[in-house]
Amino acid sequence: MALEIIVCIKPVPDPQYYDKVSIDPVTKIITRAGIPTIINPVDKNSIEAALRLKKLYGGNITVITMAPPNAVENLREALAMGADKAVLLSDRAFGGADTLATSYTLSKGIEKLGHFDVIFCGAESADGATAQVASQLGEWLNVPHLWNVFNIENQDEKTLRVKTKIENGSMEWKVKLPCLLGTSRDLNKPRFISAMGIIKAKNKPLQVWERKDLDAEDERLGLAGSPTKAGAVFTPDIKRKSEVLSGPADEIADKIIEKLRAAGVNIPVVDNACAIKGVSQ
Amino acid sequence: MQFFQFTEDQEMLRKSVKEFAKAEVAPKAAEWDEQDCFPIELFPTMGEMGINGIFVDEEYGGAGMGHVERAICIEEISRYSGGLGIALMTHHLGMSAIYDFGSDEQKRKYLPELCTGTKICGLAVTEPGGGSDFSGQKTTAELIDGQWVLNGRKCFITNHNADASVITAVTGVDERGRNRLSAFIVEKGTPGFSTGRKEHKLGLRGSVTGDLILNNVKIPESNIIGKSGDGSKIGMACIGEVGRAGMSAICVGILRGCLEEAVKFANERMLYGKPIAKLQAIQLEIANIRTEYEAAKLLLYYAASKKDTKQPATPDFSIAKYYSTEAAVRASKSVMNLMGGYGVINEYPAGRFLRDSLASIPSGGTSHIQQIIIASNTLSSFKA
Repeated sequence: MALEIIVCIKPVPDPQYYDKVSIDPVTKIITRAGIPTIINPVDKNSIEAALRLKKLYGGNITVITMAPPNAVENLREALAMGADKAVLLSDRAFGGADTLATSYTLSKGIEKLGHFDVIFCGAESADGATAQVASQLGEWLNVPHLWNVFNIENQDEKTLRVKTKIENGSMEWKVKLPCLLGTSRDLNKPRFISAMGIIKAKNKPLQVWERKDLDAEDERLGLAGSPTKAGAVFTPDIKRKSEVLSGPADEIADKIIEKLRAAGVNIPVVDNACAIKGVSQ
Repeated sequence: MQFFQFTEDQEMLRKSVKEFAKAEVAPKAAEWDEQDCFPIELFPTMGEMGINGIFVDEEYGGAGMGHVERAICIEEISRYSGGLGIALMTHHLGMSAIYDFGSDEQKRKYLPELCTGTKICGLAVTEPGGGSDFSGQKTTAELIDGQWVLNGRKCFITNHNADASVITAVTGVDERGRNRLSAFIVEKGTPGFSTGRKEHKLGLRGSVTGDLILNNVKIPESNIIGKSGDGSKIGMACIGEVGRAGMSAICVGILRGCLEEAVKFANERMLYGKPIAKLQAIQLEIANIRTEYEAAKLLLYYAASKKDTKQPATPDFSIAKYYSTEAAVRASKSVMNLMGGYGVINEYPAGRFLRDSLASIPSGGTSHIQQIIIASNTLSSFKA
């Protein structure tokens, strides 16, 4: 059975130009104008996962984003990686969206696409890093969703076995399709774009949908649909400081451990203290 | 005249090859240089990306792009490793002889595996008697009982361990008594065909360069490329428009490496309480490296775009090769000036850039040879 696979991507500022990224002091929105963008790195893991799933079961991969018009370039890249078609949701009405309005708009675009079996999203973006959109989108579409996926085993075309990362371990799930998976960087190694892929991408369909193309409620779109209001924005002071410790080596080692623990570093207590002290002798 | 600009496809290709080079080449480039080992394991990945067969038609397994795109690939890879750059450029060089002059059967037999990178290609012209004395070659090929029998020795051959080597040999003399050369495809493992010593090079390490020995090597009559006597034409065309293009692209990559490393160092190195980038003496070095890079880049891509539009470009590639190799030497020396003591520490790439630039000069003809070609073309085409 061929699968309909959707991949949500986000254009983020190219890290090479991070020094040019600023935050608007009034709106608290990241100013991205004029800064070259790349596909959010973990979204490439999503595209790779989709390509591998398609290789197993066949089907179509649609890549979708909500972004300004120049995101066409990022979508072309996704097509060059191997996606079959692309949709850009772009309209002034979508501007200023927080994660809730973004996920709502994406859900309306996906509804318009019609049937789907699997949706892949990057677990979080390299710029905002809220990690909220994947789960919110799953809720809007009313499908099971898993976040921070680092392993997918394809049980059959109706069920996937999925592992997700949690703080001190992992969880294993069996999930029925249709579903949404928020992918982590550990899931796979995204392929490099090939010259052949670049040539093929030119003839693949890329549509731009505006506000009028979506069956959506105005009050849920863009700034109007965004309940999140950023508070103060500041740059943390991360100056280095140094301190000279004196005394016998053993005492210095103890003091270092004490200070590191006080600073929040998790150093386990070892019964056999000689194991640690032995290092300093 | 139109504004010189890369197409969207070319920019996307550059971005992709840059990502590949940063991920797979940059972390290991110093190690390949130090240990002088050839990263053959990267060729299948480059094959999947279309880099190996970038200018080869899709029907033979290539990407169907051109020589501007080839230069982009080599520049991006050589930004981090000139050694891998010359291994790739030589792979292309041998392939171009088969692609541009071979029969359809030869193209179908050899090019697909060379494009995927499961097999490596090379071109062997130079002999102990010299590389630029093209017609003075001593290696011979005789047609005996429907087989070509090759005897001789080639030296300074990059990718001398190639799976398929294009080899030139004397097959007769013309009416004026000059050697008539022909070009042949010789496969690795053919009895009598072996590699000689591997050279210990100053630069462009990470590519293998060494001798090839031909001792009564028998190959099928059909392994001749083109017809008997086409060897000079094939060799000169490939070296003139593919080899020199490749060497120029390697040096444009090294120049970009010089520029990026110089800017990084100048912004990070603090002296008198401020980054040395604020000092005008340092800014002069930066300006020189930038100018060298931009000039070499324009010369290279101008020549490559001429080739892609089927215009004769041999003198243009000579100019590009002459300028970019010498510019890379000057620029890498500038980086060393700028870095002070750090410039001679091998943890920084400045020394490697200088060694790789110097090693780029003889390949495809020294600067003196390029000057002779440029002068010859100039004297006949710039008349008042």
